[in-house]
Amino acid sequence: MSATAEPEKGGFRLSQLIYDTRYRSMTIQIIALIGFLLSVGWLIRNAGQNLAELGKPLGFGFLTEQAGYDINQRLIEYNSQMTHGRAAVIGLLNTLLVAFLGCITATVIGVSIGVLRLSKNWIVSRLMTLYIEMFRNVPVLLWIIITMAIFIEVFPQPRDFRGEDAIATMKLFDSIAITNRGILIPALAYGPGIVLVFITFVLSLIGIVFFRRYAKKLQEETGKILPSGLISTGIFFVPTLVVFFAATMINLNKEHVVFGAKTLTLNADNSISADSGIRFCDTGGAGNVNAKNLMRANGIKFKSVPSYDLADSLTRMSSGNTRTGCDIATVPSGTALPEGLFVSEGISLYSGRPIELEKPYLSGFNFTDGVLMRNSLIALWFALSLYTAAFIAETVRSGIQAVSKGQTEAAGALGLRPGRITSLVVLPQALRVIIPPMISQYLNLTKNSSLAIAVGYMDITGTLGGITLNQTGREMESLIILMAIYLAISLTISTIMNQYNERVKLRER
Amino acid sequence: MKKSVFIGTLAAVSVTAGMAAASTLDDVKAAGELKCGVSTGLVGFAAADANGVYHGFDVAVCRAVAAAVLGDGDKVKFVPTTGKTRFTALASGEVDMLARNTTWTFSRDVDLKFEFIGVNYYDGQGFMVPKALGVASAKDLDGATVCIQTGTTTELNLADYFRSNNISYEPVPIETNAEGQAQYLSGACDVYTTDASGLAATRATFEKPDDHVVLPEIISKEPLGPLVRHGDNQWGDIIRWTLNALITAEELGVTSANIDKMSMEAGNNPEINRLLGTEGDLGGMLGLDKEWAKRAVAQSGNYGEIFDSNIGEGSPVGIARGLNASWTDGGLLYTPPFR
Ligand SMILES: N[C@@H](CCC(=O)N[C@@H](CS)C(=O)NCC(=O)O)C(=O)O
Repeated sequence: MSATAEPEKGGFRLSQLIYDTRYRSMTIQIIALIGFLLSVGWLIRNAGQNLAELGKPLGFGFLTEQAGYDINQRLIEYNSQMTHGRAAVIGLLNTLLVAFLGCITATVIGVSIGVLRLSKNWIVSRLMTLYIEMFRNVPVLLWIIITMAIFIEVFPQPRDFRGEDAIATMKLFDSIAITNRGILIPALAYGPGIVLVFITFVLSLIGIVFFRRYAKKLQEETGKILPSGLISTGIFFVPTLVVFFAATMINLNKEHVVFGAKTLTLNADNSISADSGIRFCDTGGAGNVNAKNLMRANGIKFKSVPSYDLADSLTRMSSGNTRTGCDIATVPSGTALPEGLFVSEGISLYSGRPIELEKPYLSGFNFTDGVLMRNSLIALWFALSLYTAAFIAETVRSGIQAVSKGQTEAAGALGLRPGRITSLVVLPQALRVIIPPMISQYLNLTKNSSLAIAVGYMDITGTLGGITLNQTGREMESLIILMAIYLAISLTISTIMNQYNERVKLRER
Repeated sequence: MKKSVFIGTLAAVSVTAGMAAASTLDDVKAAGELKCGVSTGLVGFAAADANGVYHGFDVAVCRAVAAAVLGDGDKVKFVPTTGKTRFTALASGEVDMLARNTTWTFSRDVDLKFEFIGVNYYDGQGFMVPKALGVASAKDLDGATVCIQTGTTTELNLADYFRSNNISYEPVPIETNAEGQAQYLSGACDVYTTDASGLAATRATFEKPDDHVVLPEIISKEPLGPLVRHGDNQWGDIIRWTLNALITAEELGVTSANIDKMSMEAGNNPEINRLLGTEGDLGGMLGLDKEWAKRAVAQSGNYGEIFDSNIGEGSPVGIARGLNASWTDGGLLYTPPFR
């Protein structure tokens, strides 16, 4: 402040608050703030009063009450006896899952389309324009519903896979089943040696990072360029595969046996039979998968009961519970077993490779085993990705076009190849322009995922903002929590992206 | 100037506050139409025809109320609601009453602060499966994929039933009956479960209804009835007694065909006289005129006529009266006397 701004002697008069430019703006702001707080206060009081009049005072106790409804896609354990709070968490995880998958695919598709739209090939660039206009100009809700409708109508139902003259067959060596309820892919089952394979893989990843640093340093110091893509790929695959096959060879000598309160019987003709209604303690390892395959190959009908480990299986065997109990399990041969349990004579199983695939298997109404990606998840994921990709493509295109042509030409004049011009000159500059609007696209995608209920995907809006709200009648409370959660997700995404933006933005020195 | 704006605002606020406190009856009369929440489309219960005119068993209750209150059964604005949106619509005043196959339960009555005014259909939850699956009992449904409408009692019953029978299932949540039908028919779910009446109505619209069976198990009690908000007893009474009038009319043999003749002058059955307003002033006690019940019954007939023309055995839906017969015929319909 300059010296002339010193207030004159004679003290402070109230009218200065309005007529003195030094105070006026502050006065106005304070009045606006008071007005704002008053209206917020009035709104809150009004809502509170109305709720009290309806006899429903604000309260969050319902979150600890029993939910009573089931949810199909659960990333963590949940059943209808658990609380509304737990159901909300299940929904939140589902929201995060689809948002995460969606952001990744939307980015991949969007960037490809944005770049291709600038292609010199007339047909390619027109097709990309068509794509962008088609997706940008139809509401995303319609895309979601259309995707789901197509999915349901086009693909076969599980029972079409049954029988000799089945209409539908599984794809890729019988490992993938595409049904109108969802796509089943093999689950991973781990066998002996998996830890070693895993450690090797992690070390390879670290190795790649170090190699890349070294290559960069070498290039900066000597100008020598290593074929780093090829070498990285080599480090990625070779050591892990070597360890994998080595472990597989070693495992050839390892065996699993079947044991339990009941046994499998080896018949004279080498077939295997069992008591009807036998229940299998399914611990999910590779030996376990081989046991199930053996039983299925012999036409034994069994019920799988999920179990965590050997100890869990033992308790389940002795519990006698009709729902959670089980009769037989597998262990590596030679494991000491408690009294009263028998090893099935003459039946030994290959312990399995470090990683075995557990293929989907049609039993009863549906496929069991394998991982089910439900139609609702796929439809929502697909539609959100394709829709958001159209916007991302435009962002990418504008980012690339923002880099002046002179840059490309200058780089060309220096003798750089087109691929390097893009990766070393154009993209680093384009990213500065692309990142900020990209943040809003990610936010849009996440918020649009709340349309999930249109296809029956149980996201947070479907659980907390749907069934829980409806069954408990707690509209106000549910919506407040819902808004707070979306706000938190959005703020997290923008913080992360802003940090990234900070890193790629132009540094002025 | 500033003062007058301030006072004007204050006045406006108090007027709106005053309006909120006025009775639903006055609101409906002032608006000249009854806002009635119905389902988004369930043939026989509530569905719009090609001209946008609503027909159905639940719709008839709305029309009877409009006839009693406004003198014209067409002065109804039908608001389609899903299982999920219906309660919010009623609580917020978007509709004056709800007639949407809604089950009367303790928590809806007590915790959600609604008033169920009676039962117009005694129902229970059932399962429908394609015949080709060869399922004979709900106990055989282990591992099945089940389409289920969210925000309903049936969703909770389903979870309880499978849990207590130790069988597993995969729920597919849907919002409207139409969605459920699409998923079920394309085989995206093996089973469709909802109120047995809803199953019958849905099945009636199928191209080949005979390819589908409703399993014998009925797993719950679903007394369906119209409801209003807590707190306006006069309005609750009007709806309650309009429904009772329809049921009583059947019991007393008053039909849309003979009602005009019967209400000409007092006959020798005093209850009919009181019902039709030729004796006493029951309508006045409700805040309506003497002929309210006559108009309600004349609108689409008595309970029996409404049942037969919309969902009865002569209609495509083809439901037998069963529990929904008058108590004089071995059913559960029994109304308090008109006196
Ligand atoms: N009675 C149950 C279920 C009511 C319900 O949603 N019924 C379905 C099928 S019977 C329906 O009316 N659907 C029509 C629609 O989708 O709007 C309840 O009150 O929760």
